[in-house]
Amino acid sequence: MSSAFLVRRLAAALAIVVGVALLTSLLIRLVPGDPVELMLGESAAAGDRAALRASLGLDRPAPEQVLAQLDRLARLDLGESLYSRRPVSTLIAERLPATVELALAALAVAAAVAVPLGILAARRRGGLADGAAMGLALLGLSVPSFWLGPLLILLFSVVLGWTPVSGREGLASLVLPALTLGTGMAAVLARMLRSSLLETLSEDYVRTARAKGLGEAAVVWRHALRNAALPVVTVFGMQAGALLSGAVITETVFAWPGIGSLLVEAIQRRDFPVVQGCVLLISTTYVAVNTLTDLAYAWLDPRVRATA
Amino acid sequence: MSAATRAALAALAVWVGAALALPMLPLAPDTVDLARILEAPGHGSWLGFDEVGRPVADRLIVGARTSLLVAAAVVAVAGSLGTVMGALAAYLGGGVDRVLTAAIDVFMAFPGLLLAIALAGLMGPGLDNLVIALAAVGWVGYARLARAQALSLRRREHVLAAQALGAGTLRILRLHLLPLMAGPLIVEATFGLAGAVLAEAGLSFLGIGVQPPAASWGSMVREGVRYMLVAPHLVIVPGLALSAVVLATNLVGDWLRDRLDVRSPAVTGRRTT
Repeated sequence: MSSAFLVRRLAAALAIVVGVALLTSLLIRLVPGDPVELMLGESAAAGDRAALRASLGLDRPAPEQVLAQLDRLARLDLGESLYSRRPVSTLIAERLPATVELALAALAVAAAVAVPLGILAARRRGGLADGAAMGLALLGLSVPSFWLGPLLILLFSVVLGWTPVSGREGLASLVLPALTLGTGMAAVLARMLRSSLLETLSEDYVRTARAKGLGEAAVVWRHALRNAALPVVTVFGMQAGALLSGAVITETVFAWPGIGSLLVEAIQRRDFPVVQGCVLLISTTYVAVNTLTDLAYAWLDPRVRATA
Repeated sequence: MSAATRAALAALAVWVGAALALPMLPLAPDTVDLARILEAPGHGSWLGFDEVGRPVADRLIVGARTSLLVAAAVVAVAGSLGTVMGALAAYLGGGVDRVLTAAIDVFMAFPGLLLAIALAGLMGPGLDNLVIALAAVGWVGYARLARAQALSLRRREHVLAAQALGAGTLRILRLHLLPLMAGPLIVEATFGLAGAVLAEAGLSFLGIGVQPPAASWGSMVREGVRYMLVAPHLVIVPGLALSAVVLATNLVGDWLRDRLDVRSPAVTGRRTT
């Protein structure tokens, strides 16, 4: 990979992260109404309001507030929670492992479901298996996680008694949240893999592989799948980033102590610095994952480097 | 048209019909019947009663109206705003285009629902705030699509001819560009509708969307989860309605895309909930 491409891509990512930070700092000003009143309620004392206004930087003009905030962010200082008075970075550090664990498990679930489903559908194009697999995928796209989650709890925890209802204790408690979060992504990946595989299966080199007498397994796995994987990698990266925001709902359903439930708690308490910290962390991770995906794509496919 | 597509269109007709007919129906979604708290669906109560004794069927129809109103408003606002911005950026080019592309990139950097959750949460609950939050996130997809479309169209001969005849920018956009961009945008809007229905329900589930006593399918699931063990119908019924509407909209979106021959990445679903 040329270093010029690398530098250009990283510079673009950095610019976007700065833009994200800018937008997050402005968020409190973009919201209509008085944020201080929203946070403290109408009966708060004038002194408390003034103190909060000052601590959020709202007593200064917008550009000054935003610059001060960006300056603090550059030193990785996310401020402190209005509710618990603890540093936002500590709160996030406590919750991060649970979310990473959940996201990785959901990725594994998605890949394990999507790859066989996508291959099956492409191999049996137009057949019953194709219809069933794609119907299943469309269903997975359409069922909201906050409904799927409770249904899974009802079946596996209440009726069958196999898994805990909620919380984070041991591997068994990870199963249902991972299934819930992974389903939507599995559906997207399966659809993508099918259409990508269908395209590569009609390429000349696949015909050549067949003509020289290779078995169907070798044709699909060694020749078609490798090339079909390219667009899927992109979607995989985008979805991996999106998992973090999907985790907000899934974590709420299962009382999973991660970043998502931290964000929801902070919103309910109107704890703005924590909301800001979570949003910033999730979107920065998203940008980072997308950038890495782009780089991986360019590394896998020389044609991308030429045109990017 | 396949049987599945026909079934999907029928389901959507039921949804829209129920939502629009609501003011004319003899419903009592807020009437409390203490004797029937958590009553399961059965004889004389066809979808059962909720945790304070309100009829689930009536609340389901109110929820249908909520989701249709919010989703239609979001698609209308985000779709028209995004289309105009994207088309203008591509057509005018230069500085306008650079600023808008940067804005699109920044908004795209927020995954899915996250920005909407933060916005809706900070603005406080309410239908109008919900629409603002979802539209503020949703316009980006249309803007990006419209920009790409307009870029490929703006050097077409009929556009050049219109320019030569002295037509103004807005006239060219409206009469010469938009009609040719409609196909992909309609497909995007269909998937956008499904996304907005899911997002409204998701935010209401988190407690930052529609507030009690108003009913939304999302808030019905939220309230029902607490009583799931004794009255599973409180969770199953609204979730089923929601999934059916989203599935039907996605099916119609797939059908439209094939029919209008659009190669759109919309279905790769940036916004999975």
